[in-house]
Amino acid sequence: MTLQAYQEKAAVCWADCKQRYAVFMANPHLSGGQKLAVHYFTVAMVLFMAQLLFGLLAGLQFLFPSFLYEILDFNVNRMVHINAMVVWMLYGFIGSVYWFLEDESGVEIVGLKWGRLAFWVLTGAVAIVVLVYLFIQFGAGNDTSLWLINEGREYIEAPRWADIGIVAVVLTFFYNVAATFAKGKWSGIAGVLTLDLVALAGLYLAGMFYVTNISVDQYWWWWVIHLWVEATWEVLVGCIMAWSLMKLLGVRRQVVQTWLYIEVALMFGSGILGLGHHYFWIGTPEYWFTIGGFFSALEPIPLVAMVVHSIYDSGVHRFKNSNHPALAWVIAHAFGNFLGAGVWGFMHTLPQINLYTHGTQWSASHGHLAFFGAYATINIAFFYLAVQQARGNVWMGGDLVNGWRWKTAAVLLNLGVLGMTVALLIAGYEQSFIERAVEGSTWAGYFAAQNHPWFMQAMVWRMVFGLMTAAGGGLLFWDLLEIGKGEQRPAAIIGDAATAE
Amino acid sequence: MTEQVPRWASETFWKKTAIWVTGGSFVLLVILTFDSLSQITAGGSRVQAYGVINKDVSYRFDKAKQRYQPVIGGNAPLFGKTLSEEEAEKLVDLGKKTVQAKNCMNCHTLLGNGAYYAPDLTKAWLDQGWIAKESREQMMVDFLLDPEKNARTFGSNRKMPNLDITQPEAEAIVAFLKWMSTIDTNGFPHNFKAIGEEE
Repeated sequence: MTLQAYQEKAAVCWADCKQRYAVFMANPHLSGGQKLAVHYFTVAMVLFMAQLLFGLLAGLQFLFPSFLYEILDFNVNRMVHINAMVVWMLYGFIGSVYWFLEDESGVEIVGLKWGRLAFWVLTGAVAIVVLVYLFIQFGAGNDTSLWLINEGREYIEAPRWADIGIVAVVLTFFYNVAATFAKGKWSGIAGVLTLDLVALAGLYLAGMFYVTNISVDQYWWWWVIHLWVEATWEVLVGCIMAWSLMKLLGVRRQVVQTWLYIEVALMFGSGILGLGHHYFWIGTPEYWFTIGGFFSALEPIPLVAMVVHSIYDSGVHRFKNSNHPALAWVIAHAFGNFLGAGVWGFMHTLPQINLYTHGTQWSASHGHLAFFGAYATINIAFFYLAVQQARGNVWMGGDLVNGWRWKTAAVLLNLGVLGMTVALLIAGYEQSFIERAVEGSTWAGYFAAQNHPWFMQAMVWRMVFGLMTAAGGGLLFWDLLEIGKGEQRPAAIIGDAATAE
Repeated sequence: MTEQVPRWASETFWKKTAIWVTGGSFVLLVILTFDSLSQITAGGSRVQAYGVINKDVSYRFDKAKQRYQPVIGGNAPLFGKTLSEEEAEKLVDLGKKTVQAKNCMNCHTLLGNGAYYAPDLTKAWLDQGWIAKESREQMMVDFLLDPEKNARTFGSNRKMPNLDITQPEAEAIVAFLKWMSTIDTNGFPHNFKAIGEEE
């Protein structure tokens, strides 16, 4: 093909995209906030695919260490894998809040055009950061590298310029949320959400400076990682879940709000000082053994409460709902959060066992199930709610045309992640036993454990289940693009009476 | 008919509880943070001053505490040069910055945190894999400068990639690793036999 033919093809493609975008923006079924939410959800799904792809590459390198050696090394693949995850979770949360903001406040979003601008700025910044990760990868040991390429701190590797951009975008988002609630109705959900966003943005600042002392570095680093993931994110998801339970099952507002306050009390009551379970081995004083051990052991309680609450509500409302895929993912969320964050976290949280499990595949096992169970699931549930509304609020049940797709995707994703979790747990047991307990944590001990057939078998199984997860992810993407097309039956209205109470 | 909700199950009761519990926990965390930071400042008992890189370092089981802990010995200057506290801090700082800029943490763990594709670096300075104390510094620098040629795969076929580390950066990383090995990590890693402590 000649260059001119390529240019013509690209022009046709671009015109087609523009037309599709214009059609989407004219969709009469979506409010302004919901259109912005769909923008966030779309990028979230693309990043989810990136997370899966780079996870597969990193997983393959455990089996074939020469694979992509010095082209895309493990550290690059792993960084893109975990960063894509963090960012798609945040995109999902922000999108979900924009989704229900007008419904919850009763007014149009204040300053929506700034919200839209923030979306494009953030998305542009994310694209640049990823390209730099992939093509520049690392720099010299100086401040310029930390400002422009990579900060080299797990999960928050984004260079400093991007940190500043992220804070600016989160502040815009906060302005949209707070100003809209201030103009409209202040509900219990609104109050919790607004305060939680202040904490979320404020905590990020704790990860935005450089220090030589690695103990101090990791002290503040955990403020961001732990207090986001095990406190403020959980509460944010609690708000999203509260609203979706009213919508999906018609649970009364008074019930969900009371539960939300109970969740906040239990989540922050255990999670804030539960931070101490990261302070066992980084140079911090011994009193963190007691404080971290005790409070983090309490962390599963709110997650048990969530399961009880969900089962109770589902029973009371006899599972009557008009979006089966969304409800299926909400159920996956309740159990996944409890198992992944609660049970898997509790299993190795006490210092007496953590001495042997800290820094092994135990953490990877816990991380996979917890992030998926607690956060990926609720985001996926919201994607289905959004698609339903975008298609004109049509019926979305198990008997849809091509209904096999969402069911198969859900089965593949849930089984895939659970399988990876168990495989990594076996690898973690083996490492704790051979590397730590028997060999005494030397480098020779580390490799003795890595080369052991038990470890290698676990890595093979992780790959098998990783492929299953990726297949599920691809199917989910396809399903979200297609589900509900051509469906004429209207959705039964379930939640409006409840949210209005 | 209005439903009678007991006080303990009411929205207001739990709203107040949530506020008090959150506020109380956060205040406690702030107090503990002040205390912890005062104890982990470089130069305190738990985290050594950077000049410790001029000393011999080991890691032994402490019978009274029933756990392993770093032991600081006599003079053993790094690369044969005794550094002032400021010079040592500058060197360790360059090492730490290089460790971040080269994204080491997405293969290795430091103080047990990071990724699990390569060994933990907490006590890397003390690892018996460096064979003898006398040759250790040079071996470490050579490895960092050309990890492919000087690969230490322990039969795993996993090799560290070449990260364009310069001579000064390599020496600084070694200084950072030596300093990090002196941090009192409450006995992590357990049962670790340091170089020179062979029975």
